[in-house]
Amino acid sequence: MSMDSLITVENLYRYYGELCAVHDLCFEVRRGEVLGFLGPNGAGKSTTMRIIGGNLAPSAGRVLINGVDILDQPVLAKAELGFLPETPPLYRDLTVNEYLVYCARINRIPRSQQRAAIDSAKERCGLTEVGRRLIANLSKGYQQRVGIAQAIIHSPSVVLLDEPTVGLDPIQIREIRALIRDVANEHSVVLSTHILPEVQSVCDRVQIINRGRLVLNESIEQMREKLQATTLLIALRSMPSISELESVAGVASVELVEDGRVRIGYGAESDPSDAIVEQAVANGWGLHELTPERMTLEQVFVDITSSDAHAHGESGKHGGKGEAA
Amino acid sequence: MIFTIAGRELRGLFLSPLAWSILAVVQLILAYMFLAQIDFFMQLQPRLPTLPGAPGITEIVVVPLFGNAAMILLLIVPLITMRLISDERRNQTLPLLFAAPISMSSIVLGKFVGVMTFLLIMLLMILMMPLTLLLGSSLDFGVLAAATLGLFLLLASFAAVGLFMSSLTAQPTIAAVSTFGVLLLLWILDWAGNNADGGNGSDVLAYLSILRHYEALLKGVFNSADVIYYLLFITVFLVLSIRRLDAERTQH
Repeated sequence: MSMDSLITVENLYRYYGELCAVHDLCFEVRRGEVLGFLGPNGAGKSTTMRIIGGNLAPSAGRVLINGVDILDQPVLAKAELGFLPETPPLYRDLTVNEYLVYCARINRIPRSQQRAAIDSAKERCGLTEVGRRLIANLSKGYQQRVGIAQAIIHSPSVVLLDEPTVGLDPIQIREIRALIRDVANEHSVVLSTHILPEVQSVCDRVQIINRGRLVLNESIEQMREKLQATTLLIALRSMPSISELESVAGVASVELVEDGRVRIGYGAESDPSDAIVEQAVANGWGLHELTPERMTLEQVFVDITSSDAHAHGESGKHGGKGEAA
Repeated sequence: MIFTIAGRELRGLFLSPLAWSILAVVQLILAYMFLAQIDFFMQLQPRLPTLPGAPGITEIVVVPLFGNAAMILLLIVPLITMRLISDERRNQTLPLLFAAPISMSSIVLGKFVGVMTFLLIMLLMILMMPLTLLLGSSLDFGVLAAATLGLFLLLASFAAVGLFMSSLTAQPTIAAVSTFGVLLLLWILDWAGNNADGGNGSDVLAYLSILRHYEALLKGVFNSADVIYYLLFITVFLVLSIRRLDAERTQH
């Protein structure tokens, strides 16, 4: 296990005066994994990222990068680390090329390989065209790309990206996401964000943090299962009686929704869609809509973060969510 | 690694108009003082041969020039050092250095070497003025070397204080003002020594004054105690800066 985990965070605490920003955080990131670090504003995401990135001291606990303690041997640990903080650390008075040369040097890339490293970082981040422009004159999207280029230039095994898509337009967001997916082919990535589709589209694993505590840690597959449909929404032209619907094989509950549709609840392993369609055709119900209802990550997120105080009772929450959808 | 950071620092200085205008202004003012001093020497010259043990051109022109240079640079150096770390903190570029595999001492030394290179350029430009006197006269190279060394050490001390002050804040202006305050205070500590008649405390204060050690070197007296004073002074402030930056990152 520990052989393969590139980041190990053990019992991490961070206090800002009285305020406890990070409370007893423990997790691991394995090689080649994209970890989505989710949380509302002020949940402690950036604090955690800064601690892992070696920019901030934890009040207690330790962080291992590739098995090396970042407090004991910072230089060794940081060689395997690429960090894009919330605000990209850019020297606005330099051109993109000059900036990347500087980054290559401070990351101890051997002189003979610098050229190649810079070119490949530029190519991957789509910066080849703007190499000679001043960073100050670039658009926000391009500045963000320069920030990412800076984080991957020395091919670290771990890349930390703190809210990389904040403040970008939708097209830029798509481009940055594609870039993150590309980066993840070769590096392990920790991505902090409060934008949920981002996690669904790029991450292998999701962690939700709220008020400094880890409240959920699951792979995206587990998450998908959790988000599996357990209800169907159907619309019929000629409405049969409720009892008739209930008698269809697999249907567990029937409920009328305001706009004339019907919500059908069913058990986890018995999808009644086929049976409903057959019955509808046979009895001439005039079925013209059948939609499986899915929980979105957003609902899970809102659910977990808003009822953190009484965080137990998963099943009860699921039922509640079905109605809200 | 130190030189990479130093190079970036020097480049950053010359990319902004600040460095150029500082070089220009310092050169202009000192050139004026230099010429005035030469004028004074010309008036004095006919009478000099008649005096026994008369001062030469080095004492009359070069030494006051270096004395004035120290005074002017006391005002100027804080403006050069103010941005060293505070500007990076304000622009949030410090994480770049903190996340890179560089030790904190390399960062601080890199910044120090960078700013010292700039001050060295300034020193060479100042030194050029006395050297032009060689065209029509001869110089006392011993005194000149001691004075140059003194000014160099003095500038390094200014820069070390400036670097430390810059590491304390995110506002370059605050860094500049506090650097200036500390330097001026260290400068005028001497007064207490001069005014009071022989109290032990004031002797210590006078000895601590950054000016007293410079004056000795300016007279051409090379005393290793003076040089060690400056080296200690510089080391203390550099170590303080390293400690200050480390405190942000490590456990306390």
